[in-house]
Amino acid sequence: MSDDLPLTAEDVAEIAAILEHSGFRELDLSTRRFRLRVAKGDGAQDGLTQEWQWAGASGEIAADVAGVQADPAAICSPLPGTFYRSPQPGAPPFVNAGDTVGEETVIGIIETMKLMNPVHAGRSGTIAEIFITDGTLVTKGQALVRLA
Amino acid sequence: MIRRLFIANRGEIALRIVRTAQRMGIETVLGASQADMNSLPAMMADEVALVGPAPSSQGYLVIERVVAAAIAARCDAVHPGYGFLSENAAFARAVIAAGMRFVGPEIVTLEGMGDKLAARALAVEAGLPVLQGGEAATRADVHARAAQTGYPLLLKAVAGGGGKGMRRVDHAGELDTALDMAQAEAQAAFGNAAVYVERFVARGRHVEVQILGDGVSAIHLGTRDCSIQRRFQKLVEEAPAPAMPESARAAIEDAAVQLARHIAYRGAGTAEFLVDADDFSFFFLELNARIQVEHPVTEAITGVDIVEQQLLIASGKTLGLTQAMVRPVGHAIEVRINAEDPELDFRPSPGRVVRAAWPAGAGVRVDTHITNGGEVPPYYDSLMGKLIVHGKSRAEAVERLGKALDTLVIEGLPTTTPLHRRIAADPRFIAGGVDTGFLAGLAK
Repeated sequence: MSDDLPLTAEDVAEIAAILEHSGFRELDLSTRRFRLRVAKGDGAQDGLTQEWQWAGASGEIAADVAGVQADPAAICSPLPGTFYRSPQPGAPPFVNAGDTVGEETVIGIIETMKLMNPVHAGRSGTIAEIFITDGTLVTKGQALVRLA
Repeated sequence: MIRRLFIANRGEIALRIVRTAQRMGIETVLGASQADMNSLPAMMADEVALVGPAPSSQGYLVIERVVAAAIAARCDAVHPGYGFLSENAAFARAVIAAGMRFVGPEIVTLEGMGDKLAARALAVEAGLPVLQGGEAATRADVHARAAQTGYPLLLKAVAGGGGKGMRRVDHAGELDTALDMAQAEAQAAFGNAAVYVERFVARGRHVEVQILGDGVSAIHLGTRDCSIQRRFQKLVEEAPAPAMPESARAAIEDAAVQLARHIAYRGAGTAEFLVDADDFSFFFLELNARIQVEHPVTEAITGVDIVEQQLLIASGKTLGLTQAMVRPVGHAIEVRINAEDPELDFRPSPGRVVRAAWPAGAGVRVDTHITNGGEVPPYYDSLMGKLIVHGKSRAEAVERLGKALDTLVIEGLPTTTPLHRRIAADPRFIAGGVDTGFLAGLAK
C-alpha cells in the first residue's frame, strides 16, 4: 500500500527513450519497495523490456500440482479448478459407479477461470469409484474417478 | 467530487483504475478476495478491504459483501471495473441505496442493457438494425427458435458478456449439449442461466464504438475492431477499424451515438456491431454498459483517459468533451496475454510467474498486474496483461507489435504470446480487415 505510485507508465516510457538513445544497455533501479530493470534486447532486435520486482508481491500458492497419479486406473483432473459431476445444479450426474464409459464419454466438468472444461474418460471401462464430491476444488492431476 | 473510491474488481483493470484515481487526487480502496490480498493492485491502492474467500461466488460476486466492505471503508463511490458485478443492476442499486455513487450508467440503463433481449428491443426502437433471433425460455423454445433461424446459430447468455455462456451450434444434433454448457457457463459467470438464440453470420467482423454520455449529450470516440477471437473471446483489438470505407465507419459511429442519445446514456459504454465483411452492412449486437478490456486502443489514438471520464461523469459533471474535440491520431493495436497454453488447446495455465519482462519504449503501453513472482490464481479469468502499441499508421503499429512481442518474456507458465507472434506475422492480419474466422485459417 502506498501514498502514491513510484513511477508512472509515462516515466517508464521516458526512461526507455533515454536508454534507447544512450550507450547504456540497461538501467537497474532498486528501492526498498521495488526493483525496476529496463533493458535493451540482446540480439539484432533492439526492443526494450521492463521488468518489475515488488517486495512482498507474491500471492498465496494457488492449487499446486499434486501429481499423485499412482493409480493407473484413475482418471485425473487435467487442470486445477472446481469439479462438477453434473451439467447443472440438480441435473443427474454425467456418470455413476457401475456406468460403462468410452474414450469420449464426459465424466464431469472442471470450472477453471470461469470456463467449463469437460473431462473425457480418455479410455473405455467401467466406473468403479468416484473420489470427488460435486463442487469440490481439485488440483491438476488429482484422481477424479477410478475405472474397474 | 469523488473523494474515496472503492474498486470492486481485481487484476489489471483494478490497477488501471487505481492509477487514474490517484492521479486525480482520489483515495483508493481495493476490495480484494483472499487470493488477491498480496496482488499488485492491493499494494498500489491506498487501502485494501477483504471482500471474501477466493472463489468469485463467495466474494467478488456477492453484492452484500462488496457493498458492506465499501461502506466500512467509508467510500463515497464504487467503480465496478468489467465483468463481476459491473453490469448488475441490483449491485448498482445497493451501492446507491448505501449513499455512494456508482461509476456506471443509470440503473434503468443497466436493466435495459444487462438483459440482451431488452437491449435488442431498445436498439430496434432507436432505429438500429439487429440480427434475426430472440428469446427462448425453455428447452422446447430453444428448439423452436433454432428451427426458425436455421443453422449455424449462436446461443448467447441473456446476462452475457465476454463470450461466457456463448456457443456456436452447427446442426440440430449438437443443440442439447451446447445448451447445457452455455447455461452452466452463464450460471457460473453471471448467476443467470437464461440464454437466447441468434443467427450466425459466417463472414462477419466485430466492430464496436466507444461512447461517452452525460445523460443529456453523447459523443463517440471512434471504432474498435475486435474480429480476431477464439471461442468468442477477443484476442486482438485495434482502433480504428481498419480496411473499411470512411462512410461505413461513420454510419456505425452515428448509429452508436443515436442509441446512446435514445436511452440518455450516462457514462462510458460500448456499442457492439456485427459487420458484414463484404458489403459493410451492420447489425447491433449489444451495448456494454461498462469499461471494456480493450479501451486502451481508443485512449491511444484519442488521448482521452476513459476511466477519468467515467469518474468525472459519475461525480455529476457534464461532458467536457465535444465531438469536434475528439481527433483520433494514428493507429493502435492491443493483444491480450493470457495464462493459457496454445499447445494444449488453450487450456488455462494458472500458477506463479517467475519472470515477466514486458516490452517498453516508444509507442508501447503495457497494462498488467503481473510482475516477477506474480500469481495467476485458478479462480478468475486468464488475462495476465495487455500489450498496446501505437503508431502513426497501421503499418507502423503492426511493425511495433511484432517487435514488442519478440522481446516479451514470461517464464513460469505458458501464455498466448506465441499465438500473437503468429498473428502479427500473418499476411492477412498485416493487410488488415480480417473477419471472425481469421483464427481458424491461421498457420500453425
